[in-house]
Amino acid sequence: MNKVKVGIIGPGNIGQDLMIKIRRSKYLELTCVVGIVESPGIKRARDMGVDASPDGVKYLVKHYKDEIQIVFDATSAKGHLENSKYLREAGMFTLDLTPAALGPYCVPAVNLDENILKEPEVNMVTCAGQATTPMVAAINRAADVYYAETVSSLSSFSAGPGTRANIDEFTQTTRNALIKVGGADTARSLIILNPAEPPIYMSNTIYCRVRDKNIEKIAKSCEDCLAVMKSYVPGVRFRMKPILKDPKDDIVMLGVEVEGAGDYLPKTAGNLDIINAASIRIAEVKAKQLLGVKE
Amino acid sequence: MSKIIITDTTLRDGSHSVAHRFTINDVTRVVSALDSANVDIIEVGHGDGLAGSTANYGFSAVPEMDLIKAAVQSAKNSKIATLLLPGIGTVPDLEKVKDLGVKVIRVATHVTEADIAHEHIEVAKKMGFFVVGFLMMAHRAKTERVVEEAQKMESYGANVVYATDSAGALLPKGVKERISALKSALKIPVGFHSHNNLGLAIGNSLAAIEAGATYIDGSLGGLGAGAGNTPTEMLVGVMERAGIDKNANFFKTIDASSLVRNEVLEPYGVHLPAIQDSLMLGYAGVYSSFMLHAKRAAKRFNVDYRDIIVEAGRREAVGGQEDWLYEIAEELSKK
Repeated sequence: MNKVKVGIIGPGNIGQDLMIKIRRSKYLELTCVVGIVESPGIKRARDMGVDASPDGVKYLVKHYKDEIQIVFDATSAKGHLENSKYLREAGMFTLDLTPAALGPYCVPAVNLDENILKEPEVNMVTCAGQATTPMVAAINRAADVYYAETVSSLSSFSAGPGTRANIDEFTQTTRNALIKVGGADTARSLIILNPAEPPIYMSNTIYCRVRDKNIEKIAKSCEDCLAVMKSYVPGVRFRMKPILKDPKDDIVMLGVEVEGAGDYLPKTAGNLDIINAASIRIAEVKAKQLLGVKE
Repeated sequence: MSKIIITDTTLRDGSHSVAHRFTINDVTRVVSALDSANVDIIEVGHGDGLAGSTANYGFSAVPEMDLIKAAVQSAKNSKIATLLLPGIGTVPDLEKVKDLGVKVIRVATHVTEADIAHEHIEVAKKMGFFVVGFLMMAHRAKTERVVEEAQKMESYGANVVYATDSAGALLPKGVKERISALKSALKIPVGFHSHNNLGLAIGNSLAAIEAGATYIDGSLGGLGAGAGNTPTEMLVGVMERAGIDKNANFFKTIDASSLVRNEVLEPYGVHLPAIQDSLMLGYAGVYSSFMLHAKRAAKRFNVDYRDIIVEAGRREAVGGQEDWLYEIAEELSKK
């Protein structure tokens, strides 16, 4: 079967994990990887038989305009602001894994639809946003959420320098997605780094203050949501199914853990795995549309 | 020996003990009492710092900015401080408290994660705050690592770095080791913040001073998370007996403590925390503010509070992970 050709900008940890995930895909063919310096990631791509260059986005659009249709940008917010101009001009649908967020947020379990695929690019929010927004949306559908709050605990080693230097942006972006995509009226997002050895799995606690505290209906909606998430992130599971934190109060509480697929990154980097897995899901749905594949 | 600067945290760490329900009247009275006792720095705010009012840590009864504003207005000589934990509070929160007249910002991270405070320390310094770096759960890291992380905070512009015994788990030997190493590695002053979970708060504070710390925390009557902090009035008295120089007045800090014990805490039904509950924290090396949350979770799932604390220690939970306590309690209830 034909596959849609894709490219990666930024062959760091995220980019190298994407390389492995794309290779497994029925619909995507990794065609070009670019960075801004010769690096182990560029070498890995070449070892996989993929064209790779340290000449950045310019190389990608010059050599692959009209050929590559989907691009993953795993650089930085600043990098993406620059890359985006070239990618838009070349008409390449872009999955922005940086905090730049020029395009709308996309969380596959919630808002991956025809409309969002018409955009020139979509933004992947944050790892915490990918892990928690679906549950907030699920509870909102069942119970009308007027306040959502999430606590995401990441293993220290899995939080890279970008996350560490911009921790405010991380919590603010996640909060915005809880409101815009999750449907909460207001929201907060907290992040904790835990250095325990062996490392913890990514753990997320979701609190929602609801207008209709029908816990059975909420539980059912969360179970359905987990099944959808599992279809693209197999390692996601409940740490704690939804409960009322205090039966007299209106706070629903649940815990979701993410075990990574262990592709390039260890299984305890579920936070990095989930954002990659989500972007692959979006790319595959886009690819099927381009290929005219119906399921 | 240099003069010791005392920071009283009754109105911030003590906020845990009253489930973050302090009122403007409480703040006004306590700040006035501490100010007339000549306590150098008074910390005010939600127990988990700026923007800590959440489902996870407990919602504040009164907006934090109202409490901070009242504190600034009530202090004539003492400087008002507040706390920020990166991951919870953000730079815009710093701007708000700057406008209210806060002079000291304490930026806290887990002892191994100083780099998440880079932006906050740097920005706070540029804004003109006196910036204190706060390395929490100092018992969890070896001395060399504590030094390494403290040097990062120093390089970001901190004016002081604290080793913070958030779990009240350090013994005097561990305090001395860490403080001496910090003292010889840093150009800036070193501080120590204790919790009394093993009954060692005063002894550890004294050990810290002997090892070279010049910034020490206390709270009136020891009101604070877990078994509380070093009682400020006792600290001042001990320092007088030991001939250690400080600005605070002994009798007036006792008066301030009486005000808290006899009047301020009365409506909250809070008495000095039950020692056996907080003992578990020091024993298991668990963050002190977990105590009340774990007790609620134990009640919710009908399990033994002590089992929750031991399991939280085994999982190496860090400050901020109060959410794990409910999961642990739920799991225990199924066994």
